[in-house]
Amino acid sequence: MASAEQVATQAVRRDIRDRWLLSAPALLVIFFAASGPLLIVLVYSFLTPGPYGDVQWTFSKEAWTSVFLERDIFDDTLSFASAHVTIFWRSLKLALMTTIATLLIGFPTAYFIATRSEKSRDLWLFLITIPFWTNLLIRTFAVLQIIRNEGIINTALIKIGIISAPIQILYTDTAILIGMAYVYLPLMVLPIYASMEKLDFRLVEAGYDLYATRWQVLRRIIFPLVKPGVIAGSILVFIPAVGAYVTPSVLGGGKNLMLSNLIELQFGQGRNWPLGAALSITVMVIVMAALLVYVRNTGSSETRHG
Amino acid sequence: MARGFSIKHQPGFTAIAATCFAVLYMPIIVLVAYAFNASSSTSEWGGVSLKWFQSAWNNDQVVDATLRSFQIAATAAILATIVATMAALATTRTAPYPGLTFKYAAINQPLMVPEIVTGVALLIFFSRIKIFSGYSGLGYLIAAHTAFCIPFAYLPIRARLENMDLTLERAAADLYATPLKTFRHVTLPLLWPGILAGLMLAFVISLDDVVITEFVKSGGQDTLPTYMLGQIRRGITPEINAISTAFLLLSIVIVTLFFFISRKRD
Repeated sequence: MASAEQVATQAVRRDIRDRWLLSAPALLVIFFAASGPLLIVLVYSFLTPGPYGDVQWTFSKEAWTSVFLERDIFDDTLSFASAHVTIFWRSLKLALMTTIATLLIGFPTAYFIATRSEKSRDLWLFLITIPFWTNLLIRTFAVLQIIRNEGIINTALIKIGIISAPIQILYTDTAILIGMAYVYLPLMVLPIYASMEKLDFRLVEAGYDLYATRWQVLRRIIFPLVKPGVIAGSILVFIPAVGAYVTPSVLGGGKNLMLSNLIELQFGQGRNWPLGAALSITVMVIVMAALLVYVRNTGSSETRHG
Repeated sequence: MARGFSIKHQPGFTAIAATCFAVLYMPIIVLVAYAFNASSSTSEWGGVSLKWFQSAWNNDQVVDATLRSFQIAATAAILATIVATMAALATTRTAPYPGLTFKYAAINQPLMVPEIVTGVALLIFFSRIKIFSGYSGLGYLIAAHTAFCIPFAYLPIRARLENMDLTLERAAADLYATPLKTFRHVTLPLLWPGILAGLMLAFVISLDDVVITEFVKSGGQDTLPTYMLGQIRRGITPEINAISTAFLLLSIVIVTLFFFISRKRD
């Protein structure tokens, strides 16, 4: 006869087996329609481009070489691919500037919400959440209508008499920056607010009792305490900004490419799938690096985010 | 008059917050206003009219894309919610067991990878399958949407489960209820708000997707967002404003419902 201990171990084993069966459908769907295909991208980045798109199954390092370098057609020498380097630099620069811009606006906003009465907080939070869940394309389109030459900003400035001709904002890097800062702003406010909500204002009071100025309280007490939220928000903004596709294609007007547009180009007119695959993996590596910074910094501290 | 010293005050913060809310809503308000513009110009105001809504309603491409969007979003959201509920039941209310961390990571994986990369990966993978199988229907889009909806459906369901203890289920088992009966009559009714929240979240996420759909769709499989992207690239008409306005209204209704359902914790 089996001892009680054996029965118990068997029950635990059965429980674990059931739990694997129960989670299998979700894991399989994700494996076949999300994670698995990423491995194929890696394989494709080492193949030769086919003449009409797709690939030929011969090994080649060419795609990876041409991520940053370009081969001279005449003498086969390698030099920096200035077009690619420019696009990489623009993507990183715009993503970073977006992060800073959303932080500068988002931090005071999160502070404002956190210092409201408990009842009205929900309403303010709701007002941040609505744009967060509305379609990103529609929000980008809304920005486009505001900043174009016939848009409300230019019209107003001309009417007041500050400028005589419309300022060309649309189809510039500035337009992409404005658009990304606009669409990703809620992603900065929400996690900062989550940290700020838990802030103990007795510490702030103690600071003032010790003759700290407003700035010292902000810098030495509030900021260090909500730092996990600030880091979470920055990462949550930086990651989608680096890989942004919709905003640069709508507001950049096809001239000011970002990484995702460059990738798309390889699968369209460029007909260089291996290069597209290599670029995709490069973007993924940048994102993973950012995530690693996030995990390192927050560790096990619970920061709520969506 | 001297104001009392408030420890919560920071100079300029309220002004920035006010600007932030104004900036968040101003473009949306302008967009909605121009949807009701009688003039066909997108910059001049010609009085209030519903003609752009009418013209969108009578545009076969718009109707077609809208129906397709709903079909994909409904199917993907339901599938994602079912598998996410099962996965949530399997990953909560238990002592840590081998593979639990792996499951968390796997379920959240679609959130970690930029959409453009997933889009490219699925384009490559599905184009191979299309050649072998000859099938090029909506199945690919539904599979892709289901996969990236799973983490969103999983989130509220898991949150709800973690707040439920096992007492009631144990009581049911003590009263000789079979596991299936316990699930049907005890767990499911308690979990229902979480499931509903997950379903709505998944539906909105699927409905909003542009990037992955843009890469996965075959010819003639435009969803509403990809149709709109194509139109915006070609030049804008107030018809896009009208479609956006209807879309916004739908999103706001769903988000408001979601907000109320997830508030009702107890």
